[in-house]
Amino acid sequence: MNRLRWRKGVNAFWTMMSGAAVLAAVLPLASLLWLVISHGAPGLTPGFFTSLPTPVGEPGGGVGNAIVGTFFMVGIASLLALPVGIGAGIFLAEKGDGKLGSVVRFTSEVLSGVPSIVIGIVAYGLVVARMKHFSALAGGVALALLMVPSLARSTEEFIRLVPSALREASLALGVPAWKTSLRVILRTAMGGIVTAVLLAVARAAGETAPLLFTALNNQYWNTDPLQPTASLTVQIYNYAISPYEDWHQKAWTAALVLLLLVGLLNFAARFLSRNRLQGAPR
Amino acid sequence: MNAFQETTVVIPPSRRMLDLQAKPVAPALRTPASAQEPPKLQVEKLDAWYGKTHALHGVNLVVPPRSVMAAIGPSGCGKSTFLRCLNRMHELIPGARAEGTLLLDGQNLLGRDVDPVSLRRRVGMVFQRPNPFPTLSIRDNVAAGLKLNGIGGNHDEIVERTLRQSALWDEVKDRLAASALSLSGGQQQRLCIARALAVEPEVLLMDEPASALDPIATAKIEDLIHELKSRYTILIVTHNMQQAARVSDQTAFFYMGDLIEVGPTEKIFTNPSEKRTEDYVTGKFG
Repeated sequence: MNRLRWRKGVNAFWTMMSGAAVLAAVLPLASLLWLVISHGAPGLTPGFFTSLPTPVGEPGGGVGNAIVGTFFMVGIASLLALPVGIGAGIFLAEKGDGKLGSVVRFTSEVLSGVPSIVIGIVAYGLVVARMKHFSALAGGVALALLMVPSLARSTEEFIRLVPSALREASLALGVPAWKTSLRVILRTAMGGIVTAVLLAVARAAGETAPLLFTALNNQYWNTDPLQPTASLTVQIYNYAISPYEDWHQKAWTAALVLLLLVGLLNFAARFLSRNRLQGAPR
Repeated sequence: MNAFQETTVVIPPSRRMLDLQAKPVAPALRTPASAQEPPKLQVEKLDAWYGKTHALHGVNLVVPPRSVMAAIGPSGCGKSTFLRCLNRMHELIPGARAEGTLLLDGQNLLGRDVDPVSLRRRVGMVFQRPNPFPTLSIRDNVAAGLKLNGIGGNHDEIVERTLRQSALWDEVKDRLAASALSLSGGQQQRLCIARALAVEPEVLLMDEPASALDPIATAKIEDLIHELKSRYTILIVTHNMQQAARVSDQTAFFYMGDLIEVGPTEKIFTNPSEKRTEDYVTGKFG
């Protein structure tokens, strides 16, 4: 009886401890959300999404061009990174057991560990220094370099999750191996790969450092890949380091917009990953 | 090499459904027509390896057209390996290889110039566990082989015909667009049979097709094998000796990578020539 009471006491203690750990983990996130929402929400008007930035002191104005710029550069990055990243992932999953596979895997691990500011410098050297000016293309290249390794690794993981019984089923029907890979295995893994793409896009959309000296910034609308382009993250950075109260307010609101955007992408990824491979044969 | 490996007994298949209790079929009842037909499948000195492991030792046997041959034997005896050599799925395992002569309608399948991909369209396979494509509908699962191989024709018609052949049509005709995963295990297995039949193979390999199924679903698969026999040559691996006795015309007994004995099913089960076969079918080991 005594032992039972003791064990119940121990149980209650550790339940409380783990509850406290959960609280400690959730609290920073909650306070971050609260801070951004409470500071940012007052400036959240429809005009904020559609107008160009205004000079200090002038009322109104928004980050419309920066939102477009972020989408534009993430789009360029996706165009560059998806074929390479997913292609590398397919290679690693299908033929990656040899020496070349482990080299590719190691390289992508190293690449994913490279700080994003270094990626920015590389893109500066590759694109900006050669073209002699900042551009959306340079920003897109920098973001693509960030996306490729994570895309490759998660594509590999999701393809490896596809049961080998499906590959056998397809091969036994007389389907060539390459077609089996592309139309059976990849298709079955597609839900997971789409999730991985959304997460990579969300991560790229939230990056500042690679864009600082590649895409620079732009006060106007721009959809020319060869011109400097605004982005939400750099805009937030510029507003936040300025000495003006007016711009600080805008930085908060832009941060809220970015948070909503990234949150939406993460939410979509979650939703999609819920039914991936559901009920596939063991 | 053992003496019994060199003697390949070709015995015409019986058209009668056999049971352990069934009387041996009188020779007059056998169909001489199929006996005179050239064999569908002829295996000579087939050896198979997994890396350094010698899994099959010089197997010789002959399968007449439109008959059912069952491969029995304890786990690890090589019967599944044998089956997987016949559509060259064996060599897909890293380090695995097979040597020997494997004639389908007189044409060697193990030759270097034979494309295993086109061979697999002639020799279909049904696996131990039902493995429908989870992202496809019932209809698309059946038509998968046609679509992936770019085979034209009226797919809806082929889907209906093969689903009827596999005795699944009445159960699924109203929900062809539903996911294949909405079917029960037994239905999924019949779907996989329909899928294999849709590409019109000549030979159908079945690797323990009922071992993951309940008795009712098993009975349906066995009925199906009887139906399919009129058009296809079927090889079935089974752990269940009663099943082998029920569905097959000939039975091959494998043990430790050797083909111990092959012959008419009623002979294997009632009067085998080899002591080891008798011990196995009477349950003394295995």
